[in-house]
Amino acid sequence: MIRLLLTPTRLGRLLPLWLLLAPALIWLVGLILLPHLDLLWLSLQTRGDGGGDYTFGAGNYLTFFDEPLYWRTFARTAVMSLIATALTLVTAFPIAWYLAKIAQGRLRQLLFVLCLLPFWVSEMVRTFGWILLLQSNGVIPHLLQRFGFTDQPVELLYHDATILLGLVYSSLLFMVIPLANTLDTLDDSLVEAAYNLGGNGVSILRDIVLPHAAPGIAAGTIVVFMLTLGNYLSPVLLGGKNSLWFTEQIYNQFITRFNWQQGAAFGFLLLILSTLLVWAGLKLTGQSFGEAMRKS
Amino acid sequence: MSAIPDLELAGVSKHYDAFSAVNDLSFSIAPGSFFSILGPSGCGKTTLLRMIAGFIEPDQGDIRIRGQAMQGVAPNRRPATMVFQHLALFPMMSVGENIAYGLKRRGEPAAEIRRKVSAMLEQVGLPGAEYKPVSALSGGQKQRVAIARSLVLEPTLLLLDEPLGALDLKLREHMKIELKQLQHAIGTTFIYITHDQSEALVLSDTVAVMNQGRFEQFGTPQSLYYQPASAFVAGFVGANNRYTARVNALRGDAAECVTDGGLPLIGRIVGTPPRPGDAVELFVRPEAISLAHEPADLAHCDLTIEAEVDSLLFDGANSSVLLVDKASRTPLRAALPQNGRFAHLCPGESVRLGLQVNQVWGYPAR
Ligand SMILES: Nc1ncnc2c1ncn2[C@@H]1O[C@H](COP(=O)(O)OP(=O)(O)OP(=O)(O)O)[C@@H](O)[C@H]1O
Ligand SMILES: [Mg+2]
Repeated sequence: MIRLLLTPTRLGRLLPLWLLLAPALIWLVGLILLPHLDLLWLSLQTRGDGGGDYTFGAGNYLTFFDEPLYWRTFARTAVMSLIATALTLVTAFPIAWYLAKIAQGRLRQLLFVLCLLPFWVSEMVRTFGWILLLQSNGVIPHLLQRFGFTDQPVELLYHDATILLGLVYSSLLFMVIPLANTLDTLDDSLVEAAYNLGGNGVSILRDIVLPHAAPGIAAGTIVVFMLTLGNYLSPVLLGGKNSLWFTEQIYNQFITRFNWQQGAAFGFLLLILSTLLVWAGLKLTGQSFGEAMRKS
Repeated sequence: MSAIPDLELAGVSKHYDAFSAVNDLSFSIAPGSFFSILGPSGCGKTTLLRMIAGFIEPDQGDIRIRGQAMQGVAPNRRPATMVFQHLALFPMMSVGENIAYGLKRRGEPAAEIRRKVSAMLEQVGLPGAEYKPVSALSGGQKQRVAIARSLVLEPTLLLLDEPLGALDLKLREHMKIELKQLQHAIGTTFIYITHDQSEALVLSDTVAVMNQGRFEQFGTPQSLYYQPASAFVAGFVGANNRYTARVNALRGDAAECVTDGGLPLIGRIVGTPPRPGDAVELFVRPEAISLAHEPADLAHCDLTIEAEVDSLLFDGANSSVLLVDKASRTPLRAALPQNGRFAHLCPGESVRLGLQVNQVWGYPAR
């Protein structure tokens, strides 16, 4: 059987295919699969009580469930990410609608560039921009005081709302683009036909626009949710010590505590969480992953 | 028949910058009629229809549907539903849901909706198709669903924007007849847009020929065909022989003319009475030309021409023959009579042509 598979003609026929696939395979295996397997192995090494020896076991995962701080941070990260994703969707939808359906020609190109422009600066710099605006001696508190809304400068940083603001801001583009793409393919005459048959704004949005945009919404939501869940800079810089973001815990384990085994276990828990939530979301809305990614 | 017209336009205009897409139109349509607007591409048909539907507000003028002024009335509140050029069926819904859409928006009870949808599907010849997805339908079936979706709301006006444009020829012929029968059965006023003269002539009670935002003629299909009011109508309706000519002499209400190619013709000049020497455009219908071998057969004609067969264009019932006048070598196209008497003409053969004065139309040249 093996000899049959490896007859020279067969090998010769398959060789070009393998050569074509090689870069992708090297990338997949070398940069994604192997490090993850290594991390998985690492996460299953538990430090003994004395601190010296490592034994194979799920100890690192058990620590997560034993220590309320860990799983509460975990749950909080998930909930905040869901909220941020929902806010991003609600904010991005009118923008995408305007881009796809109302703006024409040059204005449309200009707006797309404007959407992209912030991404020419690193996320770090953008987040510092928010800090300059929001901190107690920053621009916005100053203006609020100046125009008499507040008696003294208020601290706008280090609130949950500030974290959400930063997350929505840095994810907006990743929602706008797939949404604008699917809305662009919506035939205007469908909207007109619905209007002509007695539909109003709400019913047209619900019955025509949203079903059509569903793959784009799914794609944008998946991307934004994953980015938010795995975001480190925005929560830490804008939320300060109160941010309690799970990526911060992973960072702490790896860098501060130098406990790579625990960090790896946390990393895997985050991966499982995001996969589960994305899967549940797709199931709930009756979408398929492939379709969402293809249509947008 | 009630005295109030179903649709009434008074001085309606629509401009895009300096360009006037619809120019000061006034007309009214009696209830229950099939009204077509026939015109070339870009003449403003869709603009006019969209103003009636409410998607575009006219710059000037009033639109009334069954006596109700429509100014400021949103499209979803007008008693006029539209069948779109590309149908615009909702792909995310089944056939039944498509048809039920408007009824649901009106808040009718579910049982009533189900009954109406299935009755409507019966009427358009698709009984029991409620649960089919739209993508599973053929072109003609989609057409019927689109019409059913609009008709189920029992509108005062059904607006149709070239609904048969996307179908192939055979299906178009078939749907044409079906549409006529449907309109007859329901009695709703249809406003039908087309650039296909045969659709307009076959379907309509009244046709308006539109050109550059205006109506060139408004009347029955017969009047359009037998008494075209302008050179544009004569050129657009029917496959006419068209000549530029000069008036030689007047004989009663007919004018003797000579075409620029030298063919003598005689016809009626429409509009301002001509004077000898005036330039005119003449139209001769191929089906108005009589063919004969013997001069005696053309005794009833006002003009006879000695011609020679150039080629035969066989197309079943629409067969015609290309001829040239022996004296001036001017080409002419004549229809072959249905009785097959001239089916065996050969190129080069001589034949006599006869014309009657009331079948040749002339218009002052512009
Ligand atoms: N939004 C617009 N802005 C500028 N010009 C327009 C606009 N809409 C239509 N026009 C112009 O108005 C004229 C009439 O357009 P309309 O769509 O009514 O033509 P139509 O008779 O329906 O043609 P067709 O048979 O090709 O559909 C066209 O010359 C078109 O270029
Ligand atoms: Mg049109």
